[in-house]
Amino acid sequence: MVDPTPFPIPEAAMTIRDLTVAYQEGRVLEGVDARFAAGAMTAIVGPNGAGKSTLLKASLDLIARRTGEVRVFGAPFANMRQRVAYVPQRAAVDWDFPARAIDVVQMGLYGETGALGRLTGGLRARAADALARVGMADFAKRQIGALSGGQQQRVFLARALAQGADLYVLDEPFAGVDAATETAIVAVLHSLRAEGRSVIAVHHDLATVPAYFDRVLMLNRRVIAEGPVGTAFTQTTLAATYGTALPQKVPA
Amino acid sequence: MWASLTLQAGYNAALVSLGAAMLGLTAGAVGAFLYLRRRALVSDAMAHATLPGIGLAFLAMAATGGDGRFLPGLMLGAALTAGLGLLCVQAISARLAEDAAIGIVLSTFYGAGIVILTVVQSAGVGRPAGLEGVLLGQASAMLASDVTVIALGAAVILLALWALRRPFAMVAFDAGHATGLGLRVRLLDTALLALTLGVVLIGLQVVGLILIVALLIIPAATGRLWSNRVGIVVLIAACVGAVAGYGGAAISATAPNLPTGAVTVLLAFAVFGLSVFIAPRGLLARWHHGR
Amino acid sequence: MGAEFVALSLVPMLVATLAAIACALPGNFLLLRGQSLLGDAISHVVLPGIVVAFLLTGVTTTPAMLAGALAAAGLSVALIEGLRRGAGVEPGAAMGIVFTTMFAAGVVLLEQSGAAGVHLDVEHALYGNLESLIWLQADGWAALGDPAALAALPEELPRMALVTVIVAACIALSWRPLILTSFDEGFARSIGLPVRMLSAGLVALAALAAVAAFSAVGSILVIAMLVCPAAAARLLTTSVGAQVAFSLLFAALSAVIGYILAGYAPLWLGLPAAVSAAGMIAVTAGIILMLAMLGTRPKS
Repeated sequence: MVDPTPFPIPEAAMTIRDLTVAYQEGRVLEGVDARFAAGAMTAIVGPNGAGKSTLLKASLDLIARRTGEVRVFGAPFANMRQRVAYVPQRAAVDWDFPARAIDVVQMGLYGETGALGRLTGGLRARAADALARVGMADFAKRQIGALSGGQQQRVFLARALAQGADLYVLDEPFAGVDAATETAIVAVLHSLRAEGRSVIAVHHDLATVPAYFDRVLMLNRRVIAEGPVGTAFTQTTLAATYGTALPQKVPA
Repeated sequence: MWASLTLQAGYNAALVSLGAAMLGLTAGAVGAFLYLRRRALVSDAMAHATLPGIGLAFLAMAATGGDGRFLPGLMLGAALTAGLGLLCVQAISARLAEDAAIGIVLSTFYGAGIVILTVVQSAGVGRPAGLEGVLLGQASAMLASDVTVIALGAAVILLALWALRRPFAMVAFDAGHATGLGLRVRLLDTALLALTLGVVLIGLQVVGLILIVALLIIPAATGRLWSNRVGIVVLIAACVGAVAGYGGAAISATAPNLPTGAVTVLLAFAVFGLSVFIAPRGLLARWHHGR
Repeated sequence: MGAEFVALSLVPMLVATLAAIACALPGNFLLLRGQSLLGDAISHVVLPGIVVAFLLTGVTTTPAMLAGALAAAGLSVALIEGLRRGAGVEPGAAMGIVFTTMFAAGVVLLEQSGAAGVHLDVEHALYGNLESLIWLQADGWAALGDPAALAALPEELPRMALVTVIVAACIALSWRPLILTSFDEGFARSIGLPVRMLSAGLVALAALAAVAAFSAVGSILVIAMLVCPAAAARLLTTSVGAQVAFSLLFAALSAVIGYILAGYAPLWLGLPAAVSAAGMIAVTAGIILMLAMLGTRPKS
């Protein structure tokens, strides 16, 4: 699936300029410039330790950045929170938490309800729809700890859907999920794109990049390549990103 | 105070200071392995869980006509309830987070201990005065025979630690890998906790059960700031512990209202605090490196 | 259950119950965040905070003690974070280092300053003084309607009641944000919730409850109530709301049953005097947790 119009440059959902992040052990990201096209699905690809998750977290103000400016739909992220939905890595939370699937999805409505606002019938319906859209309607009252990894990931995606955002930022949405979940998630993401919404996802499985995504950002502490999958996702850029040791066979 | 620090404040005071130094040395060495294994706070639950045992042992000894404060007897009681507390930590952490399990065991066992101490006081048997010394340490009240018990205990613990130092280090470094090599991790962990219990027991009179955890953690954390090598971490921790124990006992002997445990902990922390800044893995080095 | 009960037992029992509830409330969220031992740390650093406040101001009024204890709690959290991030000390150990050292400093200050003679001493700090909260002016249940008798209520009761109301109100107002940040901090940050402020606020609430409870029931009961009721409720329930509700029930039950056992059980057994109420309440809380563990199936 090649972006038919690599030029002129499409409107940007998110632009990052000169982003540098350093942990105590040293710099993780160095002078990253990137722009994520609106209405497109972009994969962030790179080896372990390349700073993929860090890039997302620093862009969304979840961790401190040393330098850099991030704009979302042309404005600073702080002004645009309502239009962004973030899906963290599934492993980042304690799934033993006392909550049902629907409770987690309703957390996505916080932007509407605030701390004390009432959860109206309309809002409840929106959460139920989001859960149905990921194929989990039957599991609404199930304890999240009793769900499989794939089901938990779907609940996370449903929470993002309930936010009704225009930009979806996902950290490894396919990590450790079953094939059915992967298919379901891809279908939902593609339907979001069809609605004109934008998706950015950290992705590990190089083999599925061309099938799932329009654009790709190749990252290894710096940006190696960026653009439509057809032109930016090549043996040359892969070699430059991963060095000589490719993690798996990639379609040429 | 100078006379006390240089062992010239009398035979008994000198003996007590040396005993406290031996305790500190042992606590530092055992604590280093515990710290590297990331189990340091389990010892806090264990230490607090000694209190009901101490109270019960006192009652039992007093009821049978003996001296309620006979140290080996108190230590036996302490060991029994501390072991029970440890089992409870393990049972609870199978269902809840380990830190919650530690808090639960620590507070309920300690609560039971307080209840039993009030029974001891109201029962009016066997000279209970001074039994509260086990809370915060009362080195000045120690007898030569108590120091002998501490010295013997410390020697046994150090010998066992020496014999097991390699497997302990391997388990602390990478339990999964150690299992792969055929080491029995569970057994080794239990052994380490048993040695820790030993430290808690010989530390009861010197540092007290509330603060003994500090003598297991602070010297170890200090050693870790200075070195990446297990052997050296253990060595430094043992030295810091010995110095803190010795100084704590000596200084607390100079004033009537200075609990040995508190002084010992503050001394250990002084060394640690200094190390936080100047050690190779400390703040200054990191700050320099990060620039 | 007559005049003697009202004069001797009613007030301590109410104070213990309120203290248990005030501690159990923030304890629920500390448990959900895997920070149970932070409560342990806080209850230890209350002592140096109170002692320093006393040395600086020379009075043992509630605001001074509260300010000192909150400052100490804040300092301890800052030190723990500093050791963890700045010097790479493992979190549990960092906590152990900070709270033992601050407690030790509190003990030495207390013993050396002469504050021990005034109002504070280490044993009170550890297991409180619940039994001393007697209401001498009460001559029966009628005292509850008698303004003169009510005016002579031990001041700990209205103080503890006020703190319990404040803690409950803060938890109720920040209910949703607290749950959100406790479950998924990254997501909470991404939607703009003040995650740090919520964490600090939770610690401050726990510290507030700990300080108020401390003088009446001691640090051991504070730890027990911060952890045990929430943990027992956690085993029995599958939603945060139910967990909090059950934890409050367990907290109140522990306080009432523990107090009664401490006061009356020794008499039944033929012992001459009552035993420590704070200790007995902690034991009761532990027994409730044990029953909750036995009554539920372990996860497979």
